[in-house]
Parts: sequence; C-alpha cells; structure tokens
Amino acid sequence: MNIEVRSMKNAAELALAEVFASAKATLPGNGAVAALREAAFRRFEVEGLPHRRIEQWKYTDLRAMLGEAKPLASAPGATAKTQARDAGALLADMGARRLVFADGAFVPELSDVTALEAGLTIRSMAEALAAGDPLVAAHLGKVVDGDGVVALNTALMGDGAMIHVAAGATVERPIHLVFFAGDDRPASLFTRSLVVIEKGARVMLVESHEGGTEHQINTVLEFVVGDDAHVDHVKLTGGGSGVVHVSSLMASIGAHARFNAFTFNTSAAVVRNQLFLRFDGEGTVAGIRGASLLKGKQHADTTVVVDHVARGCLSREMFKMVLDESSRGVFQGKITVRQKAQKTDARMMTQALLLSDECEADHKPELEIFADDVQCGHGATTGALDDDLKFYLMARGIPRKEAEALLVQAFVGEAIEGIEHAGLRDALMDSVVAWLRARAG
Amino acid sequence: MPAVQETIERVRRIDVDQYKYGFVTDIESDKAPKGLNEDTVRFISAKKSEPEWMLNWRLDAYRRWLTMKEPTWARVDYPKINYQDYYYYAAPKKKLNSLDEVDPEILKTYEKLGIPLREQEMLAGVARPEGERRVAVDAVFDSVSVATTFQAELKRAGVIFMPISEALREHPDLVKKYLGTVVPSSDNFFATLNSAVFSDGSFVYVPPGVRCPMELSTYFRMNEKDTGQFERTLIIADKGSYVSYLEGCTAPMRDENQLHAAVVELVTLDDAEIKYSTVQNWYPGDAEGKGGIYNFVTKRGDCRGARSKISWTQVETGSAITWKYPSCILRGDNSRGEFYSIAISNGRQQVDSGTKMLHLGKNTTSRIISKGISAGKSSNTYRGQVMAHKRAKGARNFTNCDSLLIGDKCGAHTVPYIEAKNSSAKIEHEATTSKISEEMLFYCRQRGLSAEDAVALVVNGFVKDVLQQLPMEFAVEAQKLISISLEGSVG
Repeated sequence: MNIEVRSMKNAAELALAEVFASAKATLPGNGAVAALREAAFRRFEVEGLPHRRIEQWKYTDLRAMLGEAKPLASAPGATAKTQARDAGALLADMGARRLVFADGAFVPELSDVTALEAGLTIRSMAEALAAGDPLVAAHLGKVVDGDGVVALNTALMGDGAMIHVAAGATVERPIHLVFFAGDDRPASLFTRSLVVIEKGARVMLVESHEGGTEHQINTVLEFVVGDDAHVDHVKLTGGGSGVVHVSSLMASIGAHARFNAFTFNTSAAVVRNQLFLRFDGEGTVAGIRGASLLKGKQHADTTVVVDHVARGCLSREMFKMVLDESSRGVFQGKITVRQKAQKTDARMMTQALLLSDECEADHKPELEIFADDVQCGHGATTGALDDDLKFYLMARGIPRKEAEALLVQAFVGEAIEGIEHAGLRDALMDSVVAWLRARAG
Repeated sequence: MPAVQETIERVRRIDVDQYKYGFVTDIESDKAPKGLNEDTVRFISAKKSEPEWMLNWRLDAYRRWLTMKEPTWARVDYPKINYQDYYYYAAPKKKLNSLDEVDPEILKTYEKLGIPLREQEMLAGVARPEGERRVAVDAVFDSVSVATTFQAELKRAGVIFMPISEALREHPDLVKKYLGTVVPSSDNFFATLNSAVFSDGSFVYVPPGVRCPMELSTYFRMNEKDTGQFERTLIIADKGSYVSYLEGCTAPMRDENQLHAAVVELVTLDDAEIKYSTVQNWYPGDAEGKGGIYNFVTKRGDCRGARSKISWTQVETGSAITWKYPSCILRGDNSRGEFYSIAISNGRQQVDSGTKMLHLGKNTTSRIISKGISAGKSSNTYRGQVMAHKRAKGARNFTNCDSLLIGDKCGAHTVPYIEAKNSSAKIEHEATTSKISEEMLFYCRQRGLSAEDAVALVVNGFVKDVLQQLPMEFAVEAQKLISISLEGSVG
C-alpha cells in the first residue's frame, strides 16, 4: 500500500488502539475471525481515522469530529432494554419481524424469531462469529472493499444480524433491525450485519437507529445479492443530539436482480452514510435514494459509490437535502463504469434546499467512465424555495409557513415516492410532516 | 456499436502522429546552463536586466518551491519529472532592435504556423474586406518574445501590449502593483516554479474607458530541445475597458517530454471585461505516448471591480498531459465569470482540466460549459469547483459538462465540487456522458452522409456552444484543429 504510516496519532486513534488491544481477547470469534480482526486493525492503523485531507472525507472531518474515542459499550442494562422495547415505533404498523439490538447486543426476548418463513435463517452475529458460521467465513469483510472505518468495524465488531434467505424463497414480512443505544454512559458501538440472499429470493429489510447521548456508532451491513433476487433496504438514522453515526452499506449484486435502497436522516449530530454497491451481473436494476432533513448544527454526509462492473445495468439515484439553521448537508456520489460494462444506464440527481442563510450544502457528483456505449448523467441543484411557487400558494390564502411546508413535502416526496412499500412511504412522509411542524412551532 | 469499426481502424492508423506543426527550426540559441538552482534564477533575471525587487521576488519563490511537493490529485499519470534535466532559459541568440532583425528562420517558422507576424504583409493586401479585424501579435519563441506587432497603433489608444520583460523596465510600477496578486508566488507547485524562472510573456494594460481597438494575441512556440517554457501573462483591464486576448501554442515533435508551466493573471476593475481565448495545440506525443508536452498551467482571473466580467474560452487539443483550471474569483458585486471549454484527447493524451468559480460578491453570476471528447486510449477529466460564499447573496451558477466517448479504450470522468454557503445562492449542475447515438448517425446516413461525415456533423454540433464563443479567426482554426485531432474518427 502506498500510504505513509503517520507517526502522529491523535487521542482517539491511541484510545482505539488500546481498546482493540484490551478487547480482542473477549470479542466473539477466534481463529479465522481473530485473524480477520488483526488484519483489519492493521489497515486501520495505517489509514488512521479519516480526515478532510482524504478526498472521500473532504467534507466530513471525522478525525476532528470524534475528538476522543469512547469506551466499548458493555452489555445492555435493564433500562436500555426497556427503552429498546418501544424503539422503531415509526414502523410499528408495517407488521415487520423485529430484531432488537440494545447497546449493540442482540436481545432475544425483545425479538421475534419464531415461525420463520420457509428458507429464512436468522442468527445473531456474535453467535455466528463465535461458532465460525460458514457464511461468515465465505462473505464477511469480502463483499466490497470498503475503507478505514469499515476496517475499524471489522476489527471491533460485536453483534448484529446474520440473515440468510434460501434460493427462491419469498420473505413476506419485512425484517426490521431495531438498533437502540441507551442513555446512561456514552460508548462506542460497533455493529455488524451480514445478509445473504440467494438466487431468486425476495426480502425487505428495514434498519432503524435511535437513542444514545454522545455515543459513537460505527455500523456495517453487508449484502450478498444473488441473481434474480429482489431486495429492498430502508435505513432510518436518528439518535441523540450528540451522537456520531458512521454507517457503511456494502453490496455485491448478481445478474437480473432488483436492488432498492433508501436512507433517511433526521437526527444525531454527525451522520455519515456510505453506500458501496457493485453490479457483478448484467441486467440489474437499482434505485438508490435518500433524504436528509437537518437543523441546528447537524451534519449529514451521504456518500455513494456505484461500481458498474457488468454490462447492461441500470441505476437511478436521487438524494434530497433540506437544510435549516446552521446545518450542513453533504452528498458525494461516484458512478464508475468499467470497460466491460457496456450499455450501462446510470443517472444521479442530488438536490439541496436551503432554508436558512447559515446552512451549507456541498455536492460532489462524480462520473468515471471507461466504456463508450453508455448513457450516464448527473445533475445537482442548490437553492432556496422558489418565491414564485410560494407566492402562488400564499395568493390562495395559505399562510407562509404552511406554504413552505407544502413545498418542502413535495421536494422530499419526490425521493420517498421511490419506495415500493406503501406503508413505509406513508410513515416517512408523516415523519417529514412532523419535522416541519417542529420547525414551524 | 462502439464507434464505427472502420473509424477505430483509421484512428489507429492515423492517430496523433498527424501533428502538422512538428517541425524544428534551426537557429542558434542562447541557453542558460541545464538545471535549476539560485544561479539559474539570477541568470534569467540578469539576462532581462530586471530590477532588484524582481530578482528577490523570484528568489523567494524559488526557495519556497524547494519546500513544495508536486501535486498528485489530478487524474494524470506520468513518470517523475527531473527538474534538473531542463534548460530554463533559451533565447534566439541575436539581440533584436526591430522586426527587420528577426532571424528569417523564425519568421519562416511563424509563416509555417500561419501567424501574420509581419504587419507589412498584412497591410500589403490591397483590397482588405471591409471591417476585417486585425490582430496584434506578440510571438514568444522558446522563452523569449521575438516580436510584437501593431505597437504604434496600440500606443495611440493608450493600450500597453509588450513582452513582460520589457514592461518590467518601462512600467515597473504597474507590474509591481499587479504581479502575483491573482496567482500568488506561493499558489501551487507549478505556479511557484514559474514565479522563480519565468522568462517572458505578455503584459497588457488597457486604460480606463478604452475598448482595445484590435484583438491581442500571443503565439507560443517551444523549439529548443529539453527546454521548459515558463511564460507569464498579466492582463489588467482598468475601469470600463474591454480587451479580447488570444493565445495559441505549438511545439516540434520530440521524443522527450517538454515542460510548460505558465501562469496567466487577469484583473478586471469596475465595469471592465476581459475575454481570454486559448487554442492549445502543443505536441501531444506519438501514438505510444512517447514525447509530448507536459502542460501544467495556472490561469486565474480576478473580477476585482463591480460589474466586471472575465470570460475564458479554451480549445485544448494538444499536450501529452494537460493540467489546467482557468478560474474566476468573482469579488466585485454583480461581476460575471464564464468558462467555455472543448477538450479533445486522442492517442495516449491525458487531460485533467476544468475551472473554479468562486463567488464572493453579491449577485455574481457564472456559467460553465465544458465539452470533453475522448478517443483512442486517452483519459479526459473535467474537474471543477463552484463555491458561493456566505456573503455572495444572490449568486447564480449554471454548469453543463458533457463528455463524448469515441472507442472503448478511453475514459471520460467528471469531478465537480459544488459548495453553497448561503440560501440565496442558486447553483445548477448537469453532466452527461455518452457516445454518439445510433439514431443520430442513422438519421444522417439516411440523408446520404457517409459514416465519417455523420460523426463529424454530430461532433460539430456537440461543441458548437463553445466554438461560438471564440473570436472568428480562432473559431476557424479551432474547427480545423478539432478535425485534425480526431482525424479518422470524425472525418
């Protein structure tokens, strides 16, 4: 590797080295898993915490934002468990199968793992790691090459979900991963999930993150999507006003599959959502969408890397940011089309709506094209609400705040419409309305 | 249909070896010793009989350069440059007093290039068509300006147009006031190197309220082996003035890589406008990527005054490597920046080019139109930044970057940075990458055009928005250049 080893480590990096040294003996898994952790931590040590001089982290200086590293979370207490029972309420009407994780650990008594549909297997990641599950050996850490924060997660991963959907199986009920951080003591959480969907299977996975005070959350979800599979993924990121949340979704997608992902951010102090997607088989259709509603001093960064390796895939991306007060929204999107990926059709749209003069929007949509027979494009817009539209509504007797709220709803709605599940779509729109109401009040 | 198969065949056969300006002129030249150290800097400064402050300015830059690292962020790949292996100064040996003393060999060179250097010849044309525009030329051969035409007429208008070395002697206060204020000598690795060793370039000052009576033009040519050309251009448009400036470049074919690290600084005061056009046709190297010019250029305009305007237009067809980001600092309220670019890469050329529009003043507007065409095994990157500062209320930007791919061995990349720091800023960006659509080709062919003519027609349409921005003389040349660079693939 071409990166110089920096001799100057900051407090957080030194603390993480100590955490790893003292915790590695007790973290789940040994043998191959322990070796994987060691290798990952060495990579992290070389790269360090990402900072603004690293191009992909130009707008989110994680090294500075973290300040110091919090200790690893201990097993969840009774309070955390009680609170976790009510977490993810927004999605209560979906009839989803809940898997609850409090302070990063699986809580079986709050989770619904009975009467699993045919072909569906669910296991806690800690258990899978400890047992040396063959799926872990085959896929964990191998799906897509991530970056330093993914390596840090691999080194310190504690628990999460391991889900397998057998070939041809259709999982009727959505699966809801409920992550909840208690509010007693700020801690670091490293959750890791692996979802393997075999050929022709179908599943919907929802993830929600809530709670925490000044918690530092690093969560990784790996998807292995087989040929002809159909996968929907929705991630809702919330959390206390001091939470730093770094999330990486990595997916390798087979041929003729459908893959939809949606990320929705409304709270936490700092959110970095990274999505690394690779199209390995031809003819796949993917929709990657998301929305961030930010206020106060919130900072949300969505970074999407789409790698078209196989030919004839279609990808659509649409990201919306609504920024109020002194918040900062970042979108970085990179579409790579390899030489063999002829007939690729890739579109990316990123839009920011600025509601105050203190906020900041940064966009970096990138195209990297090595094949000639392609249709690729991106668009980016930044601006305030259109005065003409506002005037139109106000001329019809709608008060200013309401008119603004209507326009914001329409703006965000464009991205939310892409979600196939009607109940979820409505739940998210309700949440947008609630955010706007809090703003108005 | 990834380009027409026969097209690919022809591109391979013809390729970039078709560079028609690749001749060498045999003239005696006066060179500084090879390599770079403080003595080289002193040598250049002494040759130019520069004032003491200028020598110190250069030495400061040189010392700073020693502490800097060559940038690596651009998407270009080249073997490490040995900066000690170049001649930093080469000049035709004879000292010149008037145009008549210019070495006939040099004049022949310029004739081959089709530059109307000798105004007599221009004026000899008995019946010049009504309203034909004349162009004043400052020709730079290797490092030294050899002739500036139309001096007398420009003087009457009050326009100063002369080699910067001469300006340092005749108008030291003006130069001192503006030099390095747009691109500071510490700006970046290549600009700092230029600040230390620049040998010549053009200086233009347009006094308040004057509309420069003719187009000003510089022609750069690198002739000497192993030379680097480091020219420095400084253009100042005082209040309410206007000037249009053209720049063209060629170099002979050589196996080794020649270095070109120029700095261009533009300053517009209140209500002034500068239109800066470039046709860059340095030798691109052969089909295997051997030889060619490394073109590392820092160009920046400062719209210092209110309602001022700077417009960059560039047609980039040459150079093995292009690293160039003509930018505008929109400081004055209601000022405007424009960037129109056509970047064509073929063979093994690598282009990393784009612009920066930094909106600082209120109601500043900018427009970016970039058209990239990549063929052969080349790589063509657009890299640009649009930033609206907190104070830049009502800033407005529109960006459009389109890339066209001809053949499946080349790459086209787009890397925009869009940063808005206030809500009244409105920024729009769009980019597309595609090949020429089969429907378009089919439509043309159905109407009796050959495959090659059809491609040519579509490419011409693709770059039309930018070509229209060029002054007429250049537009014709640019169109010719585009067809030469893509010969075989666009007919």
